[in-house]
Amino acid sequence: MQALETKAIEVTDLTVAYQDKPVLWDIDLDVPPGVLLSIVGPNGAGKTTLIKAILGLVRPAAGNVLIYDKPYEMQRRIVGYVPQRGTVDWDFPTNVLDVVMMGRYGALGWIRRPGRQEREQALYALEKVGMEAYTTRQISQLSGGQQQRVFLARALVQDATVYLMDEPFQGVDATTERAIVTLLQELRANGKTVVVVHHDLQTVEDYFDWVMLLNIRRIASGPVTEIFTPENLRETYGGRVAFMKE
Amino acid sequence: MLQVQLEIQLIAIVTAVACALPGVYLVLRRMTLMSDAISHAILPGIVLAFFLTESLSSPLLILAAAGTGVLTVVFVELLQRTKLVKEDAAIGLTFPALFSIGVILISRFAGNVHLDMDAVLLGELAYAPLNRLEIASYDLGPVSLYVMGGILMLSLVFIFVFYKELKLATFDAGLAATLGFAPALIHYGLMTLVSVTIVGAFDAVGSILVVALIAGPPATAYLMTDRLSRMLILSAVIGSVNAVSGYWLAHLFDVSIAGAIATMTLLVFGLIFLCVPNRGLIAIARRHARQRWEFAQTMLVIHLLNHEGLPEAEEESAIANLHEHLSWDPTFAHQVVRYALNNRCVLQEETQLVLTEHGRSVAQQALVQ
Amino acid sequence: MENLNILNRLDYTLMIVAVGAALLGTVSGALGTYAVLRRQSLLGDAISHAALPGIAIAFLLTGSKTPLILVLGAAIAGWLGTLLIMSVVRLTRIKYDSALGIVLSTFFGFGLVLHTLIQRTGNANQAGLDTFLFGQAATILERDVWTIGILGGIAIIITFVFWKELKLLVFDEGFAASLGFSTRALDILLTSLLVIAIVLGLQAVGAVLMSAMLVAPAVAARQWTNRLSVMMLLAGGFGALAGVSGTIISSSATRIPTGPTIVLCATVVVGFSIVFAANRGLLWDRMRQRRNRRNLKMEMDGLFKQPQQGDD
Repeated sequence: MQALETKAIEVTDLTVAYQDKPVLWDIDLDVPPGVLLSIVGPNGAGKTTLIKAILGLVRPAAGNVLIYDKPYEMQRRIVGYVPQRGTVDWDFPTNVLDVVMMGRYGALGWIRRPGRQEREQALYALEKVGMEAYTTRQISQLSGGQQQRVFLARALVQDATVYLMDEPFQGVDATTERAIVTLLQELRANGKTVVVVHHDLQTVEDYFDWVMLLNIRRIASGPVTEIFTPENLRETYGGRVAFMKE
Repeated sequence: MLQVQLEIQLIAIVTAVACALPGVYLVLRRMTLMSDAISHAILPGIVLAFFLTESLSSPLLILAAAGTGVLTVVFVELLQRTKLVKEDAAIGLTFPALFSIGVILISRFAGNVHLDMDAVLLGELAYAPLNRLEIASYDLGPVSLYVMGGILMLSLVFIFVFYKELKLATFDAGLAATLGFAPALIHYGLMTLVSVTIVGAFDAVGSILVVALIAGPPATAYLMTDRLSRMLILSAVIGSVNAVSGYWLAHLFDVSIAGAIATMTLLVFGLIFLCVPNRGLIAIARRHARQRWEFAQTMLVIHLLNHEGLPEAEEESAIANLHEHLSWDPTFAHQVVRYALNNRCVLQEETQLVLTEHGRSVAQQALVQ
Repeated sequence: MENLNILNRLDYTLMIVAVGAALLGTVSGALGTYAVLRRQSLLGDAISHAALPGIAIAFLLTGSKTPLILVLGAAIAGWLGTLLIMSVVRLTRIKYDSALGIVLSTFFGFGLVLHTLIQRTGNANQAGLDTFLFGQAATILERDVWTIGILGGIAIIITFVFWKELKLLVFDEGFAASLGFSTRALDILLTSLLVIAIVLGLQAVGAVLMSAMLVAPAVAARQWTNRLSVMMLLAGGFGALAGVSGTIISSSATRIPTGPTIVLCATVVVGFSIVFAANRGLLWDRMRQRRNRRNLKMEMDGLFKQPQQGDD
């Protein structure tokens, strides 16, 4: 047996298939606590599916996911989730504060309504992402970057230990991108584990300390300095990668 | 078979085919519900034209109603363009309002004209042959046969002439626009055709069941083929089968013919949904059962390949541990191992599983796809 | 004396009908809010048409015309229709609109077959089909008002109890599932509420126009507010308004059917809201554009003037 050290996320031999088509083959992934990990790979590599499988939103054909040594169902309260921004209808009649408070719904459980405490947590989280001036703003009036920050604030009020974020940098302005990076680093400094689906190869080394290269199967995962090599990238992207390290 | 029976079936077939052909494009363009909207919204147009002509099959009435149909499409699009209302809601607002105007018009002035609400909503195929086309006292057959026949010809000509344009506008409106094919023009041409067809079919099947004729056969055909040309032909065939079988069902139980045709549409759709090769529910279930072992074997060899030569390999490829690692049921894991052993994908070395060359290539192929 | 009595009775009947229509408008308006927000505005159309065979089978099985039994049959058939739509979309490449169109029309056609069968066997339920198609608000009795009030009240209470869960489901289903809420159960709950609103509303406006009663009040309400709670309250209010005004208008003249009048009243409310609503309305939008253009022009003027001042 190997030495037992606690892992924030432990994925073993995970295979996921949509109907007949496999989208993830036998994935292994260990994420130690307190790292900033980016999942990188071409379109259709199964990045979002991996996140969803970790969250139990899709049922795997084989394999296992553990969060701090326990299955996800038992660890929901310590996991925060930021879905892709484009998956919701931003014309929904609600305001920023209300969306952020949704992050507390899991802790509240069925039927109980959010109260003053939840409201304060939401306001604090909005301050964290620099959106405190927009609390009563209707969500359809937000820019893409502001929408993303609202989603991050919603995850923050979940007060999780492990965060899973699906493409938080997609289509955001430079200010928001910097704000998100600062926030991610702050989370790591507080001992949180953050897994981010990421698209931009240029910024992987600057923003993250761990990386997982994924293309239906795991190509490699580990510290960026070891794993983020031209050979591994070529294997991930099938030689079509335009980005070359100097 | 009596001549009347023959004529009813002929009208039913011609109507079904005339509805199915434009229906193919509606189904592919995700606009099926526009036909539902048009079929209801043309009521005020029909009523007003009926006040003028006092006949349900005069050309003026068809034109007026078809105009109302196109107006409905324009109206829905205008509502959508305000960005205040989504497409589904825009449809759901427009047609009940226009339909209500039609119903109120009929109720207010029903005393003066003969226009039955039931006839408008439900149609009555059995009465269709009663209205005859006579020239110089020669009986040339039922009027509705000529009307629907004419509309069918129009449909055929439209589809034949603009086949390429319709296809392009359906699958890639953006490309069609850049190539100068004016998808908007094609769109409104199609909508006009749909409106005219619905008005023509009104008499026979009414405004609710016409949707079954427009959506049913194309959707059924869509389950059977990938090619547009085949889908058109299949839709026409399925429409005809539904029409004739529906007629005899109605004959057998002495019930509404249009209702029976719609019922047959549902049955045939359900039958194809279950039984069609490759895409039917049964075929999918059987393929799943067959592929289950293939798939599990592939998972196994990929699992072995991934851990081959690594320090943890001994632990990962021990037969006793497999079910735990893959979180499979132990019996299932056992069966998969036997399956893979039989297929010479793996070899057993004491407690360990080892990939064969064949197994390795199976795993690599699956990963490359 | 005698005359007065009749007049009283007439007023009483009208009042009952108006109360019934108001209740139905409230229930369908409030629950229609979810249908509109989920972009399922036309699901109501499918459910209401699919209800016909359910009513016919309920009658064939029990031989009873008790509203509650027929409503139950309608609800079951409406539910089955929805289930079929969802399965076809999930299991085949047929899209939502086609699946909906097929279920709507063929279920209705099957219902029509059953209806002609019932008529032929002599169990004459003569008014049945017309009632189903266009409703018969004018015949709403006190007993019906109680049924509508109790069932509709339960449906609305349920939306209040599960307020937070339903809101989350409609806004962000994936997030709801990640928090551990059973989205499947919530989905079933929401569809059931919609089915209840529809089978109740059939009596007032009928199958053909039912979708308008779900869609119109909600669309109108959406224009006035950015809050879900206010939107639902307003939608209920608009629904009630349309119900009452439609009933009164149709009773004040001869040969104006109630259902279509109610629908037209609701449509007028929508039209008014789309044009005049504060913030979102077309008129407001036009004014804002003009103001923006003027502001921009003033800023531009200011921009061009500044360098001149600097030259001094």
